[in-house]
Amino acid sequence: MIEVQDLTKSYGPVTAVDHISFSVNKGEILGFLGPNGAGKTTTMRILAGFMPATSGTASVAGFDVAASSLEARRHIGYLPEAPPVYLDMTIESYLDFVARIKNVPSEKRASRVEDAMAKTSLIDRRYELIKRLSRGYKQRVGIAQALVHDPDVIILDEPTVGLDPKQIIEVRHLIKSLAGNHTIILSTHILPEVSMTCDRVVIINKGKVAAIDTPESLASQLKGGLKVRVEAQAPEGPLKELLSKLGGVKGVQIESARTDGYTIAHVETAQGKDVRSEIAAGIVGKGWPLYELRGVNVSLEDIFLELTTDDASHAQPAAN
Amino acid sequence: MQGLYAIYRKEIGHYFVSPIAYAVVGVYAFICAGVFNFSLGQAVQQAAQMEMQGGGAPIDLPGLVLQGYFMFIATLLLFVVPMLTMSVFAEERKRGTIELLMTSPVTETQIVLGKFFGSLTFLAAMLLPTVVPIIFMYFFSQPHFRVTIVLGSYLGALLIGGSLMAIGTFISSLTENQIIAAVLTFVLFLLLWIIEIITPSGTSATASTVFNYLSVVRPFQDFVRGVIDTTSIVYYFSLMGFFVFLTVRSVDSMRWRRA
Repeated sequence: MIEVQDLTKSYGPVTAVDHISFSVNKGEILGFLGPNGAGKTTTMRILAGFMPATSGTASVAGFDVAASSLEARRHIGYLPEAPPVYLDMTIESYLDFVARIKNVPSEKRASRVEDAMAKTSLIDRRYELIKRLSRGYKQRVGIAQALVHDPDVIILDEPTVGLDPKQIIEVRHLIKSLAGNHTIILSTHILPEVSMTCDRVVIINKGKVAAIDTPESLASQLKGGLKVRVEAQAPEGPLKELLSKLGGVKGVQIESARTDGYTIAHVETAQGKDVRSEIAAGIVGKGWPLYELRGVNVSLEDIFLELTTDDASHAQPAAN
Repeated sequence: MQGLYAIYRKEIGHYFVSPIAYAVVGVYAFICAGVFNFSLGQAVQQAAQMEMQGGGAPIDLPGLVLQGYFMFIATLLLFVVPMLTMSVFAEERKRGTIELLMTSPVTETQIVLGKFFGSLTFLAAMLLPTVVPIIFMYFFSQPHFRVTIVLGSYLGALLIGGSLMAIGTFISSLTENQIIAAVLTFVLFLLLWIIEIITPSGTSATASTVFNYLSVVRPFQDFVRGVIDTTSIVYYFSLMGFFVFLTVRSVDSMRWRRA
């Protein structure tokens, strides 16, 4: 449904999107994950037909977004980072306007507007002026306008930003319910959202694709290194030394070391090695009290940090 | 065309729900009525004076009044139009709604024309109340003055107003800042308005002729005197067309500007 090949966008010397390639199958939900400035919004804008690429191709529903821009846009519903709403219109008149400019035939307009409002729970407030709505409701109107013409492809740039937890859950349900009939790309910083709603994830960093895979597959690739959390009454230095010397250990990080000797360490192990019994034996053997020893599942957050952090040393290990 | 019409409807909606727009129309009508009154008073005094001095020629009183009145109507547009056009594109860019328009299956031309026709419609609505004093004068004047002069003058007002609006719309598409748009528009209007007057006396004959042709108010003065010249009509339509074209290009260029 969506094909992107070698897509590049440069502003003079700065390259925002650097030869990105990926594809999205019909009915799939693809997540775009990346730090700020990674190129997610730029890529989405190119797909939505807002701006042209510097080089490379992209096609949506079989239409090239550069050569057949108008036709491609007919098949796309797009929610930019800030919902593009007119403050002095009512919800219903705004959605009616969007339906018109998206070429919804006049006999279908009323029912499509109804449908969009129903899906985003806006029917009760249809006659309210948009300027009176809270940020969360404005965001919902933004989602509604992306749906109103029943497009093949829906592009959502950070759809849950500004929503309260209840609304976030509703939006995620909505997105999942749309899959199958619609093809969806969404970008987000909220990592659990990607594992919860997306079939596949594209991780972008500095304009380049860092990884494309299902959330589970990415997690298990890194999971080969099981992380072990150790809490012991042991001096920091010697503990680190002991743990590092164990077979199969890739790295040791001290999360915290109190002056009374209570130390928390994280041990990274190589693929397929479970060194928990060795750790236990080692610590107890030295006479240090061992308080906690548990394996920590690698989450998408770890993958995200690992793939997008610049230097070798990792940031604070994810608390689990 | 559905897109163009939808955008046109939306623009008109924006104008007519805005309290500022109503205030502008109200004040405009009020000031024009005041000027009409003043013009009438002046003309009557002038006529009385000339009669006392023994002038035998009949004086076209309504004609005098109308000329002064319409010149003022047009001059006031100079100040009012920048305020009306300043937010046409500036607001869309600020709110991010331009992104909605430009990712929808509508062309830049449809966007610009929809907005431009909306502005023109509002201009017509604004000029409408100014006809009231003229109606009164018509019934009190004997013989009735020729209605064609009034029609011609209003046509001129729409043409000159439309041209000013096209220029204002273009400038509005260049900046996100409404105040800058309004000020630039006003300055440009002023230049085109007084270009005849300010050309230094030393300039060559050809240069002066060129500057004269550029004057946006001269053809209007002809309209008010009842001279409806096709060259003038073409001039105004060309002006409108040119700035609409520039606006379309300017909107297209938004796609290339750095996010």
